[in-house]
Amino acid sequence: MAVKPINQMTSDTEMRKVFCATLIELAKENKDIVYLDADLRSACGMAPFANEYPERSFNVGIAEANMIGVACGMSATGKIPFAHSFGTFATRRCFDQIFLSGAYAKANLKLIGSDPGVTAAFNGGTHMPFEDLALMRAVPTARIVEPSDPVQLKSILPQIVNHYGVDYIRMKRKKTVSVYEEGTEFEIGKAYKICDGNDVTIIAAGIMVEQAVKAAEELRKEGINARVLDMFTIKPLDTEAVLAAAKETGCIVTSENHNVIGGLSSAVSEFVVRNCPVPMEFVGVEDEFGQVGSEDFLMEEYKLTAANIVEKAKKAVSRK
Amino acid sequence: MDKQQKKELKVFATNIRIETIKALGHLGFGHVGGAFSIADTIAVLYGGMMKIDPKNPKWADRDYLVCSKGHAGPIIYSTLAMKGYFPKEELLTINKPHTHLPSHCDRNLTTGIDMTTGSLGQGSSLAVGIAAGNKLDKRDNYTYLIMGDGEIQEGQVWEAAGYAAQQKLDHLIAFVDWNKRQLDGTLEEINDYSNISERFEVFGWHAVTVDGHDVEAVWNAIEEAKKVKDKPSCIVLDTVKAKGCSFAEDTANCHHITINEEQLKEALTALEAQLAKEMAE
Repeated sequence: MAVKPINQMTSDTEMRKVFCATLIELAKENKDIVYLDADLRSACGMAPFANEYPERSFNVGIAEANMIGVACGMSATGKIPFAHSFGTFATRRCFDQIFLSGAYAKANLKLIGSDPGVTAAFNGGTHMPFEDLALMRAVPTARIVEPSDPVQLKSILPQIVNHYGVDYIRMKRKKTVSVYEEGTEFEIGKAYKICDGNDVTIIAAGIMVEQAVKAAEELRKEGINARVLDMFTIKPLDTEAVLAAAKETGCIVTSENHNVIGGLSSAVSEFVVRNCPVPMEFVGVEDEFGQVGSEDFLMEEYKLTAANIVEKAKKAVSRK
Repeated sequence: MDKQQKKELKVFATNIRIETIKALGHLGFGHVGGAFSIADTIAVLYGGMMKIDPKNPKWADRDYLVCSKGHAGPIIYSTLAMKGYFPKEELLTINKPHTHLPSHCDRNLTTGIDMTTGSLGQGSSLAVGIAAGNKLDKRDNYTYLIMGDGEIQEGQVWEAAGYAAQQKLDHLIAFVDWNKRQLDGTLEEINDYSNISERFEVFGWHAVTVDGHDVEAVWNAIEEAKKVKDKPSCIVLDTVKAKGCSFAEDTANCHHITINEEQLKEALTALEAQLAKEMAE
């Protein structure tokens, strides 16, 4: 069983800790891996990497546009640059640099945007990316992943190192749930089916995967069998899994810690309307700005809970 | 610099201008101003200063050139063609459908172009990254960066300048083409970034200003820059926009111009007369 029982999904593991440890390991084998940050290196827990590889660690200071350019320039000499900032500053602040110096110029850029959506919590609205997926999805060739737990992050990082091109990793920094058993493997571009069902499919990513699992449990009690897909690759979308979901379950609910404009719900519905139209409902931020507060408060505030998924799932089923 | 080398560089620069105006004249329009103002520096770089191998354009130990003012691409394309990176006839395909030679530099389309540029300011950080990457690999090759004087109004240039000094990138040599004009007018009337060398000095760079149309002065400034340790260098090129294009030189709107047959003929006549004079020297 690769998925943990729901009552064992609690964890004390921080994503950044796993990110740092995994990158240190990968950098041992691959001398071209370098790490760049814009004065948020310690926030990303990357001090151990800098200690291990001082020459391969670049803190450009508070200058995200420059960070992206320097990273892309390094890639022109064969380096594999990982560059980090908070999701807002890693994408919105330096979008033209990512677009042109990165993707258009065919650079090899591994971009980490941390604190996605409500996980920016007490840093508030200025630091709360509800639009980074929309931005990055609009970058041709860019790949986007949003890992839901540390096991998944660890599994996909080597695939990101081995892929030439722009990758965006939408990563929670701090403690997160533990969805998967240690050693579970994931393939970028392939959705992970957490549980099967034939009444509705819940497609979720990141912190919303836990909510989706809880919602499926709740729905089951009410006689609705929900399929849950962990769509940790936002782009390229696993259209095979979406098509199967549409055909086999007849309706879909997407669930994302992001604006419903431009993110996972957009990606799924853009495919569904053109290939197999079925009723769809969205759980996500309804075109609003972020605000300050605890993660729990914000999830209630923006209607990102299991209960919201349950409600939308019932609505989707009723529209079949 | 001996007389013969100076003569060769001057001739090379004039030939670069001739091939460029032919190509842009064939097209009927182009960024003549900012291309022609750096022709002499391009002649110096490709006429012996840069460590390059046209047969092996991706050679890891080569010197890199990032032309951050990407709209000057055509002046480099004609130079690359003359150096044998690709056939000269290709110069007549500039901006044609599926061309390898777009208005702005593209490393994925043009053999010999090291970096994709066009969104002003971005080449600065890219050059810093290239220099830092090569330093990390303990290569002793140089990274050259060409920026426009209007371009340095972009904040990213100064983010890059600060970090290049912090990283002590003494194998990074930047040029600012101080032709005093930008698209909408003179720098003086728009947003005057004069005292350019002083600005770079404040950012921790070695910086000088030279006559950007004097090949010997540019050559010597680069040689001096190579002697500077632990600091990046900036050579401010005091230039005239559209220098050497008779009908456009130092005119108000020479950033991007149309070129009719008559103008092409006039410019070529003047350049060929200059070439004959230089050859006879």
